[in-house]
Amino acid sequence: MIETNDLSKQFHDFWAVEGVTINVQSGQILAFLGQNGAGKTTTIRMLTSLLEPTRGWARVAGYDVLTHGNEVRASVGVLTEQHGLYVRMNALEYLDFFGQVYSLSPQARKARSEYLLDYFGLSYAAKRRIGEYSKGMRQKLALARALIHEPPVLLLDEPTSAMDPESARLVRDEIARLKSSQRSIVICTHNLAEAEALADTVAIIYRGRILMQGSLDELKDNILGSAEYEAQLAEAWTPNGLTLPEGVTMRQLDGTRLRFQVEQPREANPQLVNALSAGHAPVVAFQEVPRTLEQAYLKAMAEAQGGTYVG
Amino acid sequence: MLANLKPVWIVAQRELRDQLRDWRVLFPLAVLTTAFPFLMMVMARGVIDFINQYGADLVIDALVPFSVLLIGFFPNTISLVVALETFVGEKERGTIEPLLSSPMKDWQIYLGKLVVGVLTPLIASFLAIAVYLILVSRLDLNMPSAGLVAQLIILTTGHAILMVSGAIVISVQSTSVKAANLLASFIIIPVAFLVQGESVLLFWGNGRTLWVALVGVMVLASLFVRMGIAHFQREYLLGREIDTLNIRWMWVTFWRRFLDGAHSIGEWYRVAVTATLRRLALPTLIMVLVFLAGGWLGYDQVTLNAPNALKDVSSLAELRESVATIPAANGLGEVQISAPFIFMNNIRATALMFLFGMLTFGVLGILVYLLNAGLIGGVLSLFAYFGVSPWLLFSTGILPHGLFELPALILSGAAVLRMAVALVTPQTGRSMGEVFIDQVADWAKVFLGVVIPLLLVASLIETYVTPVILKGVLHW
Repeated sequence: MIETNDLSKQFHDFWAVEGVTINVQSGQILAFLGQNGAGKTTTIRMLTSLLEPTRGWARVAGYDVLTHGNEVRASVGVLTEQHGLYVRMNALEYLDFFGQVYSLSPQARKARSEYLLDYFGLSYAAKRRIGEYSKGMRQKLALARALIHEPPVLLLDEPTSAMDPESARLVRDEIARLKSSQRSIVICTHNLAEAEALADTVAIIYRGRILMQGSLDELKDNILGSAEYEAQLAEAWTPNGLTLPEGVTMRQLDGTRLRFQVEQPREANPQLVNALSAGHAPVVAFQEVPRTLEQAYLKAMAEAQGGTYVG
Repeated sequence: MLANLKPVWIVAQRELRDQLRDWRVLFPLAVLTTAFPFLMMVMARGVIDFINQYGADLVIDALVPFSVLLIGFFPNTISLVVALETFVGEKERGTIEPLLSSPMKDWQIYLGKLVVGVLTPLIASFLAIAVYLILVSRLDLNMPSAGLVAQLIILTTGHAILMVSGAIVISVQSTSVKAANLLASFIIIPVAFLVQGESVLLFWGNGRTLWVALVGVMVLASLFVRMGIAHFQREYLLGREIDTLNIRWMWVTFWRRFLDGAHSIGEWYRVAVTATLRRLALPTLIMVLVFLAGGWLGYDQVTLNAPNALKDVSSLAELRESVATIPAANGLGEVQISAPFIFMNNIRATALMFLFGMLTFGVLGILVYLLNAGLIGGVLSLFAYFGVSPWLLFSTGILPHGLFELPALILSGAAVLRMAVALVTPQTGRSMGEVFIDQVADWAKVFLGVVIPLLLVASLIETYVTPVILKGVLHW
């Protein structure tokens, strides 16, 4: 598991990360969202014990990053922003090298390398120089390297960038599988759909500070407000005299569409549907308005920068 | 221990494999190994023939040891190029982070890279030397003695370690390969001077002096390795991105350490200088011992050699006359030994000690210091040879101004020693630049606050008091 408190890093007079407090239990995925330079990579580097925190603390797989750097690094699989591949080696040599670095036995190295190359569809290119690999192949191999020692903690920086849709799907499936095998995973990504699909919790980081964090629903509620429902009407209808249940506000988008913001959908929605029916509203459909993580993220960012989100 | 060295071997193996697959490394190494010895032989012949046209009587055999030195040196230059980009190159290519994210210890990664950086060019150097020596034997030239060949091989090894360890230090501290290449002159220039000096020793020195030079080179090389390991920090490799020289930061860091929070000269002496002197307590003690050892060495060497060297001189007066006949001593008598002259001379000596020490982790600085101590010992021994009591001479001719001058010299030496120790000691959370600037600031505090005033008083005493005492006691 990963646990931090007030984790901060200062470079000269610039705070790259300030006051980051997160908790990622085993079997959980945290997605870090933020602009380039927001402090995601610096946070990952502190969690890998590559950078020493200026303030605060972090424990990874039960080890303090400050006092047990080697144990932390042995417990972590890192996919770095750049792939970090040795172009004059082939994939088998590369994985074997990192297997040795992580003290795996020759048999384990061979078995893991073959398994990972097979899983990521790289077996056919196992003996080809990495310099000849495409971007997507390199990304898959880098991910295979991060997994070679089956670490309990994974820190993945842009795990599916530069990948074709099939490969990206493959990687997402693998991440989901790793999550189910009780690993703690942190993903830094700009791919919000991916974060939404994989993450249990999301942290939005802006200029080194966490703006907001929580489960997807919590985040959406906090940023976008309570859930919205839309009533699609068969024909133009004016809601004169419509009595709204408590905690419901309404706005009319056009003559045939009404939107309701509902604080307590479970209690209010049946009353709302009854009210519409009683008012003879020609309702064709009544459904929840999809709220994406992208909307929440963009709104949070716009507000952080002093602007207004136009969704 | 062996388990600890295994990761070193893992890193070294990978580095070696990488080098052996890179034609840009292999091609120059192959050329320098196979073609350069032949080229050297042809050039040596050409030079000898050319010089002999003008009436010289040189034989090519005289150039053989020098040629071995050069042939061994050139493949080493490739090591510099490779080592310079070892860390910073990997940083630029993004391959360093996965390696640093591994559970290997800093020194294991560092040594793994160092070993291959040294070994590859060194093997090429030894092969090139072997090719050349085979050529020498085939052409019926005089083979250098086994002892000399051993010295040349050790010297070549020393050059390789020196250059590679220095280049790796630069590679770790640099922010880009370009910056590392620009900084390469900090290795090339001193090593070029070193090779020139060694060449001089090869032509005109003897085996013993060459051994001393060898020990010096090896000590320097091991200090470089030690410094490299001490300042190799994962954080530093990844944390630094800026390539520009930050003079303002350097000045602020220096000034902060120099002032130590003091607001007046009095406070500066009470707080800053006192704190630095306290930090210098142990180095000062060591330098006192070094001074005594240097003095004793000088005394001993002159005592040993004086009977033979001065067998035709029976008195000090005769010695003075005989010295005056040496061309280099012409005009010495015309020099006005004034207080400013003595003061400036001593300032120059202490400043040089610092300068040399700064460039060589204290080695040359302490050597200059030893030389000063040795000179005092030598002079005392020389006078003892002519019947003047060394204790009497010391207490009348040296001690009056020495009471001020010797502490100044010892403190200067101690500051240099401390700087050297600080540079080769791990300093958690601080960059090499910060450590270096702090040490320069400490030296400046001692130099301005203590050494200069002491030397000023010493020069006045040496000019106006010591001669009077000497005249009074020894009737000179």
